[in-house]
Amino acid sequence: MPQYKVYQPATYRPRMSPYWFFDRWPYLKFMIRETSSVFAAYWAVVMLAQIRSIRHGAWAYARFEHWLSNPLIIILNAVALLFVAFHAVTWFMLVPRVFVRQMTGSGAIPDELAAAPNFGAWIVASIVVGLFLVGAI
Amino acid sequence: METSSTNAQSGAIGILDETIVLEIARFHPEKDTEPSYDSFEVPLRSDWMVLDALNYVKDHLDGSLAYRWSCRMGICGSCGMMVNGVPRLTCETLLTSVAPGPVRIGPLDHFTVVKDLVIEMDEFMGKLQKVRPWIVRKDNYQPKREFIQTPAQLEVFKQYSLCINCMLCYAACPVFGLDPSFTGPAALALAERYNLDSRDQGAAERTDILSQHDGIWDCTVIGECSEVCPKHVDPSMAIQQYKIDATKDWFKTWLMPWGNK
Repeated sequence: MPQYKVYQPATYRPRMSPYWFFDRWPYLKFMIRETSSVFAAYWAVVMLAQIRSIRHGAWAYARFEHWLSNPLIIILNAVALLFVAFHAVTWFMLVPRVFVRQMTGSGAIPDELAAAPNFGAWIVASIVVGLFLVGAI
Repeated sequence: METSSTNAQSGAIGILDETIVLEIARFHPEKDTEPSYDSFEVPLRSDWMVLDALNYVKDHLDGSLAYRWSCRMGICGSCGMMVNGVPRLTCETLLTSVAPGPVRIGPLDHFTVVKDLVIEMDEFMGKLQKVRPWIVRKDNYQPKREFIQTPAQLEVFKQYSLCINCMLCYAACPVFGLDPSFTGPAALALAERYNLDSRDQGAAERTDILSQHDGIWDCTVIGECSEVCPKHVDPSMAIQQYKIDATKDWFKTWLMPWGNK
């Protein structure tokens, strides 16, 4: 123990509130990002269920579509879409934090430029899916 | 009194004929069990930093106010405090940027408070020491001259060497707040600084110490450490780089167990 602490009467050790993530928007954004992974997992399960229903034939797929048309499921999927989109954006923005140094040895590439290929690929994939849905492909 | 005469000499420059209220955290270790806030009205000047306002309080309103400061130019890293809930260097925060107030000034979050705005630093110094922040050589080679390093080799780690140990990143890190055993952003960035140094051979030694739960793997990539860093050191990036390198090293030990880490 340092000598000065012998004569130190008392100190105050702050404790964090259980609701610390409401203190500042960046912390709340972090919690939303982490929570969004639950919706990403849900989305993956829905997709697996869809593939399974395709495998079991037309009747199974019709039953799956009927389940999807439930208003509660539509609302749930809309919310899940928002969370998954947020999840994707936050992870794309981590690319400059993670890969640039590994690839270049320095942070010479601007953050926006480093993240751009992912966003570009996302837009292209969305356009392809959109064209597929309207029957253009 | 010296401050008053300096103000008088400077004439009207920076004087806005307005005042601003500072709400300053006070903790007297012989009387208090927890901090409270005292309000002080100080002149609002366009050329004043928050630190100048604290100095005004100390010189003119309450000489018992305790806080750390030294260089007044963002070099020493002493004057870090919570300004309206955000960790800032008070010598680099314009008073007008937090106007009209009131401005709430507290000690850095997550640290033990000694008095008023002064925090206990021993915990942080211990974390710095833990990461072995010096050039480690395996060969015990005693150089007769300096190690040669190219500008390109310097550039690889230079960003991480700019840390001034102001501890703002710790105050911004909820992981450190929730788990004080976390080695923390500045210390891990410093470890990465030496790992990337072409003269250093201690990366494996540091990874053994830091690739632990209270080391790099405790970081959840909130990223606020990098946002508040006044020197743009980007400790969050340093930690993520460290994670990747530690993972690669782990795989290497499995794929090439005969290899020398």
